[in-house]
Amino acid sequence: MNVLRDYIKSLFLLELMRGLALTGRYLFKKKFTVQYPEEKAPISPRFRGLHAQRRYASGEERCIACKLCEATCPALAITIEAEPRADGSRRTTRYDIDLFKCIFCGYCQESCPVDAIVETRLYEYHFENREDAIMTKEKLLAMGDKFEQQLAADIAAQSQYR
Amino acid sequence: MTFELFVFYVFAAILVFAATMVITRKNPVHSALFLVLAFFTSAAIWLLAEAEFLAIVLVLVYVGAVMVLFLFVVMMLDIDIATMRAGFVKNLPLAILIAIAMVIEIFLVIGSGSFSLDQFAAPLPLPADYNNTASLGNILYTEYMYPFEVAAVILLVAIIAAIGLTMRKRPESKYQDPSKQVRVKKGEDRITVLKMDAED
Amino acid sequence: MDLLMSLWEWLGENLVVVQILIKIVIIVAPLMLCVAYFTYAERKIIGYMQVRIGPNRVGPKGWLQPIADAVKLMFKEIIIPSGANKTLFLIAPVLTLGPALAAWAVFPFGDGLVLSNINAGLLYLIALTSVGVYGVIISGWASNSKYAFLGAMRSAAQIVSYEIAMGFALVGVLVAAGSLNLGEIVRAQEGEGGLFNWFWLPLFPLFLIYFVSGVAETNRAPFDVAEGESEIVAGFHVEYSGMPFAVFFLGEYANMILISALTSLLFLGGWLSPFNGWPLLGPMFDWVPGIVWLFIKTAFVGFFFLWLRATFPRYRYDQIMRLGWKVFIPITIVWIMVVGLAVVFEMPWWFD
Repeated sequence: MNVLRDYIKSLFLLELMRGLALTGRYLFKKKFTVQYPEEKAPISPRFRGLHAQRRYASGEERCIACKLCEATCPALAITIEAEPRADGSRRTTRYDIDLFKCIFCGYCQESCPVDAIVETRLYEYHFENREDAIMTKEKLLAMGDKFEQQLAADIAAQSQYR
Repeated sequence: MTFELFVFYVFAAILVFAATMVITRKNPVHSALFLVLAFFTSAAIWLLAEAEFLAIVLVLVYVGAVMVLFLFVVMMLDIDIATMRAGFVKNLPLAILIAIAMVIEIFLVIGSGSFSLDQFAAPLPLPADYNNTASLGNILYTEYMYPFEVAAVILLVAIIAAIGLTMRKRPESKYQDPSKQVRVKKGEDRITVLKMDAED
Repeated sequence: MDLLMSLWEWLGENLVVVQILIKIVIIVAPLMLCVAYFTYAERKIIGYMQVRIGPNRVGPKGWLQPIADAVKLMFKEIIIPSGANKTLFLIAPVLTLGPALAAWAVFPFGDGLVLSNINAGLLYLIALTSVGVYGVIISGWASNSKYAFLGAMRSAAQIVSYEIAMGFALVGVLVAAGSLNLGEIVRAQEGEGGLFNWFWLPLFPLFLIYFVSGVAETNRAPFDVAEGESEIVAGFHVEYSGMPFAVFFLGEYANMILISALTSLLFLGGWLSPFNGWPLLGPMFDWVPGIVWLFIKTAFVGFFFLWLRATFPRYRYDQIMRLGWKVFIPITIVWIMVVGLAVVFEMPWWFD
């Protein structure tokens, strides 16, 4: 009896019909596609986009050249050189992130004790020369100045989980 | 020269060219492809002779099936041309002798003595509604019924014999049985729960 | 209008070749347009089945996408691999497209609306579809690439196997219709029952087998082992780029349209109205020209090609061979016997 049922099942293509019915149903389902340049998907506060360096409200840069980010970076994308400044505080003279190496894992942000290096929500950017792929200290600080409000809000939003 | 005669000479020229290439090309794949061209042109000549069924069947059977398998095999073979041409000069006299004998034989059989217009009058042009397929079928299944069936049985026996000769059971080769795979149920057939002693 | 008609008649009397050429253009140009928009339909429909919306950027709703694709492919560089056989490499795509277009010569678009009304139309079609495999084999060999070669070998074996099942299915049709002429086959399906008089009902197994063999014959999913992008990159056309690739593409889609059109001709009553002879609906749809019905049926069958592709995973190679030789051929032979008996005993409704 079972053999007969199996024969009927395979001869009349019952399972294939079920498959076709499934795709047939999906033909009329509502589509999820987001029309990208016009519409954008919502972004989480934890989004890891292009990097930035933040400053204190006084205008003093936060980074203290502890090199924790350089040590933790799995892709070895960060290069830091540091010297005591004229006022005696320890600051970086060079802070480069090679975006060709960076994998946007966010470990630098995690490791930073002073919330200096952060990743912004910016994911649309391009370079026209290879050297533009190096985020220098100036560029990082400029990014930080540009997105400070957003960055502060994002950090505050997830502070309770840290 | 009528238009038909012109078409015939064009196709005949292509046919002779293709046939010559079949036996002169060094690359066996090229030879096989020229053979395909030869079949095509002979089919065209048959069409010219109002034998459309035979022409189409020639394309269907020889071009569509036989030559595909032929090409299949020829492409797979790794043919060393040097060894193939090794005995060329040595065997040439004998080959030429055989070729001449065959040419003479062909002339004796289909030469003007037995197939000329005296023996067979030129066929009358057939009416437009003449159906080559139907008349072939009528002859094949009435007058030549027994030879036709005997030929069919001989071919069947040949197929079975060829399969029987080359088939061998290979116990070491693994294969699936699709009919068993179809019968698999969702539950117990997919997962086997093994009971075993815990290792420390 | 009168001038045009008289010009046409003058052509028919004095320059038949020119007249035939014009007819060919009238058939092939819309066909090429159909091929282009069939690719668009494929991308849209498969997209919709995958809950996407498909191409929608070029032109309103993406209508110009096929044109953009064609222009892009035309301007791309034609790369010929080193060690490839140049002549054969470039002939191969033409050999794929050629038979797919040549087959339309005997295709009746309506009652008497046919380029060449030959008696052995069905045989001609079988012969041409079997010739189509050469493009694939030659391209695989001439590319001098192992992936292309593997694809060609797979495709050759598959097409030769499925041709037999396909041929047998067509034998069933010709037994039922009693003619090899495609117009006669359609006329044999005419009757008071409308769509129930068509051959799909008495020849249902052959209908399915013909369609599935057609899918296998055109190397479409789920029988696309010849391309098998996850196994052998793209199969026989890995090495092709630019226009030769586009010609392969055209050939594949032209073949799909041909198989759809033939299925609707042989099993779905061709240009006949589905409501022919029905009490109320029959007269209501009398004004629709036959070619519109043919187009609707072809589009319907073509939709199945896309639906199958969106639904099924690729067959394993041994399963393809098993399906062709051990399932399809026995079923077709048995059903030819059944049809033969039905014709001999003049079974009512279809064969009386």
